Amino acid sequence: MTQTTANFINIGERTNVTGSARFRKMIQEDRYDDALDVARQQVENGAQVIDINMDEGMLDSEEAMIKFLNLIAAEPDIARVPIMIDSSKWNVIEAGLKRVQGKAIVNSISLKEGEEKFLAEARKIMRYGAATVVMAFDEEGQADTADRKFEICERAYNLLTEKIGFPPEDIVFDPNIFAVATGIEEHNNYAVEFIEGCARIKQNLPYAHISGGVSNISFSFRGNEPVREAMHSVFLYHAIQAGMDMGIVNAGQLAIYDDIDPELREAVEDVILNRRDDATERLLDVAERYKGEGGKKREEDLSWREKPVNERISHSLVKGINAYIEEDVEEARQQHDRPLHVIEGPLMDGMNVVGDLFGAGKMFLPQVVKSARVMKQAVAYLMPYMEKEKEEMGITDDDAAAKILMATVKGDVHDIGKNIVGVVLQCNNFEVIDMGVMQPAEKILEAAKEHKVDIIGLSGLITPSLDEMCYVAAEMERQGFNVPLLIGGATTSQIHTAVKINPNYKAGQAIYVTDASRAVGVASNLISEKKDEYVTDIRTKYKELAEKHAAGKQKKERQTLQGARDNRFKADWKDHKPVKPTFLGTKVFDDYPIDKLVPYIDWTPFFQTWELHGRYPQILEDEKVGEAARSLFEDAQEMLKQMVEEKWLKARAVIGFWPANEIGTDDIELYTDADRKERLEVFHTLRQQMKRSSDRANYALSDFIAPKDSGVEDYIGGFCVTAGFGEDEIAKGFKEKNDDYRAILSQALADRLAEAFAEHMHERVRREFWAYAPDEGLSNQDLIDEKYQGIRPAPGYPAQPDHTEKAALFKLLDAEEKIGVKLTESYAMWPGASVSGMYFSHPQSEYFGVGKIEKDQVVEYAERKGMELRVMERWLAPILNYTPGQEPNEEAA
Amino acid sequence: MSHPKTREERIAYLREEVKKRVLILDGAMGTMIQQYKLGEEDYRGERFKDHESDVKGNNELISLVQPDILREIHLQYYRAGADFAETNTFGATRIAQADYHMEDLAYEMNVESARIAREAADLCEEEEPGRVCYVAGTLGPTNRTASISPDVNDPGFRNIDFDMLYEAYKEATKGLIEGGADTLLVETIFDTLNAKAALYAVEDVFEETGIELPVMISGTITDMSGRLLSGQTPEAFWNSVRHVKPFSIGLNCALGAAEMRQHIDTLSRIADTHVSAHPNAGLPNEMGEYDESPEQMSKLVGEFSTSGIVNILGGCCGTTPDHIRAIADAVKSGKPREIPEIERKMRLSGLEPFAAD
Repeated sequence: MTQTTANFINIGERTNVTGSARFRKMIQEDRYDDALDVARQQVENGAQVIDINMDEGMLDSEEAMIKFLNLIAAEPDIARVPIMIDSSKWNVIEAGLKRVQGKAIVNSISLKEGEEKFLAEARKIMRYGAATVVMAFDEEGQADTADRKFEICERAYNLLTEKIGFPPEDIVFDPNIFAVATGIEEHNNYAVEFIEGCARIKQNLPYAHISGGVSNISFSFRGNEPVREAMHSVFLYHAIQAGMDMGIVNAGQLAIYDDIDPELREAVEDVILNRRDDATERLLDVAERYKGEGGKKREEDLSWREKPVNERISHSLVKGINAYIEEDVEEARQQHDRPLHVIEGPLMDGMNVVGDLFGAGKMFLPQVVKSARVMKQAVAYLMPYMEKEKEEMGITDDDAAAKILMATVKGDVHDIGKNIVGVVLQCNNFEVIDMGVMQPAEKILEAAKEHKVDIIGLSGLITPSLDEMCYVAAEMERQGFNVPLLIGGATTSQIHTAVKINPNYKAGQAIYVTDASRAVGVASNLISEKKDEYVTDIRTKYKELAEKHAAGKQKKERQTLQGARDNRFKADWKDHKPVKPTFLGTKVFDDYPIDKLVPYIDWTPFFQTWELHGRYPQILEDEKVGEAARSLFEDAQEMLKQMVEEKWLKARAVIGFWPANEIGTDDIELYTDADRKERLEVFHTLRQQMKRSSDRANYALSDFIAPKDSGVEDYIGGFCVTAGFGEDEIAKGFKEKNDDYRAILSQALADRLAEAFAEHMHERVRREFWAYAPDEGLSNQDLIDEKYQGIRPAPGYPAQPDHTEKAALFKLLDAEEKIGVKLTESYAMWPGASVSGMYFSHPQSEYFGVGKIEKDQVVEYAERKGMELRVMERWLAPILNYTPGQEPNEEAA
Repeated sequence: MSHPKTREERIAYLREEVKKRVLILDGAMGTMIQQYKLGEEDYRGERFKDHESDVKGNNELISLVQPDILREIHLQYYRAGADFAETNTFGATRIAQADYHMEDLAYEMNVESARIAREAADLCEEEEPGRVCYVAGTLGPTNRTASISPDVNDPGFRNIDFDMLYEAYKEATKGLIEGGADTLLVETIFDTLNAKAALYAVEDVFEETGIELPVMISGTITDMSGRLLSGQTPEAFWNSVRHVKPFSIGLNCALGAAEMRQHIDTLSRIADTHVSAHPNAGLPNEMGEYDESPEQMSKLVGEFSTSGIVNILGGCCGTTPDHIRAIADAVKSGKPREIPEIERKMRLSGLEPFAAD
């Protein structure tokens, strides 16, 4: 785990004349340029706020504060962050407040000289538009016990919020961090008192923040940096859990809690938590041994580093360790004649081991992707040498490796699976040209010609992408391609590839690939000598499949739309009275805190993305994949923390509720207001047409909304949530660093966060916004198991397979304007990590699949929607129970 | 509510009215005054015929020597459909008037400008029974900036500071209140520190006089950088001024509606108060003139209304009563933006925003 958590704000401490002798000297000697550099470094190193303190007896503090702040204002790379104006003198603070255009934090005011002065200063701070630190200090002195700390903070909080209306979120308490392990017994409990004080403040004084000067805690170990860092780290670990959320720290120098040598950590923890009487003596003993040491003492097993270089490279590749790869590759390079031989020799040998282990089911996808990361970094290291060699020897590109071009088709933004396949192929010595997402056919084929690729791979997740793939195949035929075409992605299937895509591409062969682990086998066969044989086999198989499919189709029994409507689901509108939502119209949530979504993550699909099958959390203990799952899960947790803490992603949502009634034709009419006179929009729904032998109804989503003629006032909701802003940039950043593992991990997590957001928002809707189930209290597992009342179906999924309904939903929510989520021409949402859908509240509403539908419904549905039949049929292609233009099923009941 | 007669009643009425429709600010004052082609003598009038320096171009002086012209301009805007007249006080501060050696007239300029705008408002309310016309007392940016050094070789230097701005704005605010302003409009903010001094002064005056008016705030995004001249992004700017709980936050000047839109959209999403926009009539052409027609402009800002991102619309440089009429017509049936609920968080800023989660 990392030291600072999601909510922790790092305040830069180096621009403080009382804390840094170096900085004091700069100010005293009027070296303000150097002083600005210190401030700049703080910001570059991740300080989110910089603390500025000029309280020094030999200085004119007010003048120094003014001068430094004026200079900072002219430096955009410093001035971009907020300032903490730190002084014990009010005149210096006020001079500072008059020099910053941003919203600053004052550090600090207190009750030391009574309520009157305290409130007068707070009032002015409010008028200057700043937040403030309040020290736990009153007329009696500085608070040292948890009771006193809380008592003073509570008094200050009440005075501020009740007497002068100070916003509670702009109060930052500093409950005083004092040195421990000083040899004075009374000091031993100081850290514990602080931590307890934090917990009580957090619990009882809503919205207020807690901060403190962390380095005070280790004052008695001056000169022993390793021990001091360990003390800061352990102290913060506990204080943050208790609610401390800001700190004046040197973030770059904090040790990671888990990385601290366990012996030292225990000794420090004994001191911080005051767990034993001899804690100080024991720490002093231990501390001696760390003096002058470079910091964390690590007892990692490094015996493998003694082995020959080839074995070390292999070890790094198999274990996915990238710490030593460059030095090892360099050593190997010096032993070989040509840099290429290092790749063909030790590196490929290592990757072959990885490939064998993967093939034998002893390594799993996340581990393989990690290995690939090491490989890429090794190759990147050798690249300049190879370029140089080429120049010297006049060698042209050698086309040894087979080239595969991969792309996600036009209108689709999903590419996690494609990225995984790409990495696995690279591990197996294929040269992969990845074009990214939303690629039109022309571009794909242009690139294929330019790079003279051996294979083209297409990926897509949403159903309209299936059509686009058919189009790409037809274009390949038209442009005279004959290279194999690989098809993959969530909605693709062997049957669709055989029946719909392959017939468009007679000159070549379309081949469906189930998952990443199969991709290597398929691709290898396609470039081997047995290629023709292999392709012939597939061709025969697909032909059979297509024939069987054509034959099997006749058997699906369907009934007429009228028949299905007669057997509609009749929801209870007598005993059930719909609840009116707490508001009508839309509501926007901007920059929703990601940490609130984390508990709602459904991890099972996350593991599926990585082809680790099994249910979370049992999968972590799974005999076969448990180890891989645990390691992946750890990496995911670590990245998730970083995502939250460093705000990699921006989550936004818009939800809305509208008066609505069903109007007889499987359609739901939405009204502009409670009068229900003016139509705002219509949601069209599709009805199941399977023949029923049981008494089960033929469902349509409209069945869950009260009919207009019933007189019942019903409502419907809609939502669009996203956790995807930033997603693309992050993945790109990792890819540029040859770190596909993290790139894919970040995308998979963004996807999970978006789903978690949908789950979380649905819960808030049920409890707060629509509030038809205000007392619901379900666990995350209950939520995953859909144990709640009401449903949130999404257009494009089984209950409403028509993606084009998203247009109406997006219009109602104004999602593009309000939160920036866009629809592509295929109705995929951008950013990819987004979820949208409708809310139904009826207790009998449930998820179902529409299944295959007949032409009579499609004709009527197209009419209701005002779309051409041909166009409608294209959008509904995956669920048609007939082939447009052939209609063999016209005679259906 | 019966027809409001006093300032308190008008403010209460305004707070209701803004929930129901998009309200309309007036257009450019300078553009209108130019049409009268006034010469040095017209600016001086009888009263200042012996003034020590040239005063042509000191538009705030019009309030003292040519009140009829000013009243006529306000009336044209009200008749065109403006709900607010902005007082002719953009440069009526001690600091800006120093250029003309007229610093001691600043207070009087504010009182008179507000009074004349109120006269026009009363006339219009008489002409069109049922109308309620408001006077927005303008506090301009002054011609100096507290965050930027005028000397590139000495970035720590300033030719104005918070205290001087505070005093000047305090005087102007008192004048506007005395003259009858219904709201205060701190506008064309290109340095947030100047605006913070103005807001500090405004709040002090409210406390001293016991009279509290709705405060409208409008910043200026200077160019395609998307930032104020002093470097803040719109969100950072909002974090810096939201403590006064303004009646509205918005943008004006420098950009045309098309260029301003994205920034209004940003404010619309983050501000839990009303949002205003009064852009220029496009960007200036090669001749330095604004040539976006009323039709073109009303189409652009009309979309702000249909998209629900504004509550108050008007015009800045280059706009005329015809522009305001077209805008008022365009948004007549539109609904005002709904104020979003913003999560309670400590929201700080430097040049960029920072929220503590």
